[in-house]
Amino acid sequence: MRYRHTVGATVHAFADLKDLLAKASPARSGDMLAGLAARSAVERSAARLCLAELPLATFLREALVPYESDEVTRLIVDGHDASAFAAIAHLTVGDFRNWLLLDTTTPAMLAAIAPGVTPEMAAAVSKLMRNQDLVLVARKCRVVTRFRNTIGLPGRLSVRLQPNHPTDDPKGVAASILDGLLYGAGDAVIGINPVSDSPQTLLDLWLMLDELIARFEVPTQSCVLTHVTSQIAAIERGAPIDLVFQSIGGTEDTNRSFGISLALLAEARAAALSLKRGTLGDNVMYFETGQGSALSANAHHGVDQQTCEARAYAVARAYSPLLVNTVVGFIGPEYLYDGKQIIRAGLEDHFCGKLMGVPLGCDVCYTNHAEADQDDMDTLLTMLGAAGVTYIMGVPGADDVMLNYQSTSFHDALYLREVLGLRHAPEFEAWLERMQVTRDGRLRELDADHALVRGLLAVQPA
Amino acid sequence: MSTPPERPPGAVVHADPWAELRRHTPARIALGRAGASLPTAEVLGFGLAHAQARDAVQTPLDVPRLLAALAASHWPALALASRAPDRPTYLLRPDLGRQLDPADLPLLTGAARGPCDVALVLADGLSALAVQAHAVPLLDALRGLLDPAWRIAPVCVVRQGRVAIGDDIGAALRARVVAVLIGERPGLSSPDSLGVYVTYAPRVGRSDAERNCISNVRPAGLPLADGARKLAWHLREALRLQLTGVGLKDESDIAALPAVGPPGTALEGERRD
Repeated sequence: MRYRHTVGATVHAFADLKDLLAKASPARSGDMLAGLAARSAVERSAARLCLAELPLATFLREALVPYESDEVTRLIVDGHDASAFAAIAHLTVGDFRNWLLLDTTTPAMLAAIAPGVTPEMAAAVSKLMRNQDLVLVARKCRVVTRFRNTIGLPGRLSVRLQPNHPTDDPKGVAASILDGLLYGAGDAVIGINPVSDSPQTLLDLWLMLDELIARFEVPTQSCVLTHVTSQIAAIERGAPIDLVFQSIGGTEDTNRSFGISLALLAEARAAALSLKRGTLGDNVMYFETGQGSALSANAHHGVDQQTCEARAYAVARAYSPLLVNTVVGFIGPEYLYDGKQIIRAGLEDHFCGKLMGVPLGCDVCYTNHAEADQDDMDTLLTMLGAAGVTYIMGVPGADDVMLNYQSTSFHDALYLREVLGLRHAPEFEAWLERMQVTRDGRLRELDADHALVRGLLAVQPA
Repeated sequence: MSTPPERPPGAVVHADPWAELRRHTPARIALGRAGASLPTAEVLGFGLAHAQARDAVQTPLDVPRLLAALAASHWPALALASRAPDRPTYLLRPDLGRQLDPADLPLLTGAARGPCDVALVLADGLSALAVQAHAVPLLDALRGLLDPAWRIAPVCVVRQGRVAIGDDIGAALRARVVAVLIGERPGLSSPDSLGVYVTYAPRVGRSDAERNCISNVRPAGLPLADGARKLAWHLREALRLQLTGVGLKDESDIAALPAVGPPGTALEGERRD
């Protein structure tokens, strides 16, 4: 089916729904690389005008990636909740934006429609929204998850403590964990990206995290971000695994390039649930995503990178994750060229995830070959804080010495708490007060006699 | 008895009392703070490191010098280029960096002496500095670990290359396995980090889940001798099991090697080149 929109004397034609979505997307290098982007600013505007008039129900009739050949499409179509969709079924994409912005559209109403919102609907409406719209609506979306603490409550911000080390040295990892905990970070998860995939190295990391969390009774969870097959194998061998991690994408072929399928994710979740390690809830999965992964795997099927990304959230929500984050600026300038594109993508991803009921955090980040710097990250960080982002990363000094990119620091999280009055997850907040790391939510000036400082220093691996 | 306060009277920066742990990690720990924020010295130091990493991305590979170093170490070699003509194109068009310049194909097939077991590719990637400094020493360390029965193709030096260009080259050389030594994208603390990607049965269209990666090879990361041993282990296992990628788990440390190895997943493989 073709879509058309006339601007003055020019008729702009779009080959199909995915062409229309791609042309309506704010400019970014990845869509240009794929040959999908609008060829002019006016064509982009025409696509948006055309898209605004489209009934939301169109997305239930026209699949972007064929149902027969893609299990993610089948998940989206077969899992669609028609009764949840009923409340918005009469809207066009343009009026969906208006409806989302109404002050009478409450968090409860947004939660109620979430199972009826397909990723394509979320992506479509986001393309008509300004950055401030993406902030305002996301802020109204509540997604609360639990494992050993409660993540996603209004007015709260959690932090993943990311203590990576270039050789997985347990002493080096532990040093960064100590640094993070004493800066009040780690309530989302203590999550290590290992260099190695050797079973013994991974097991050593899981054991160290388990012992540390147990000894100091830290109300949080651990994760070692290795391939899902390694985690299933480790669970079978008795490793103390809290959260199971996997990178996921929005098409079957993308996921195949990651060496996974939906069935494998289900198997991994069942394995994690069998350990019964959560004390408050059973959200046991941790997923990472990022615009450009489908194109990078040559698996985008002509769908723009932001829509592919939203489809990854449909994969995520099928497994009730504790945490999902978009690693927004990690992939490089061929997908998101500069600070402006990274900021836009981060806000889009957060909005789409939250609208779909996914506990979205963001790795606010960039690489050294992108046209971006710390000032751009400050802008995105602050806007995401205002948008109620579930969690951000906490990397010592914002410099990940293993993955070689810049993320957000423990200090950045403190800044956001200070400026926006955001509090830790409640159980973690109480622990920080009890351990006298914070007083009334603000970091104390700790000295070498502080009990937790001494305790953590005493258990550093030999 | 009490220790002195971490912030003496009048000081505006609070120091963290765990600075001793810095000896265990290059991570930026115990930075201290001014209020909730980074002290001025840390902000400026970070800015300088970023500037150095940005410059590392732009520095071109000195091909004649690299060829001379290979010749001095008795590695037969040839110089090739990807289809990306310059750095800006390379950064925006990874597809071009993954393909061999068609003009170089005759050179490559001319150099092939029938099918071979192992092809070795050196590509600038995102840090020519890494390849310039570490690739030849790594190959020299590898030499004694190679099975004498293996047929080794001439070393291919590639300008503006990405990991997957090894598929083009390996296929043209009819290699059973290809190892691509490539400059990883520079980190703030590591402008010279070398990545090694091993792919069994290289051919166009291989996915990153079909590769293994040995990352962060540099003197301050995974030492070159260890990197060479890991590479030899992966080449041997790839040829023995006839696969690479998620099906080949790094157990080289079980064979009494240090516990450092490939991340194995496609995402990082793709994103690091």
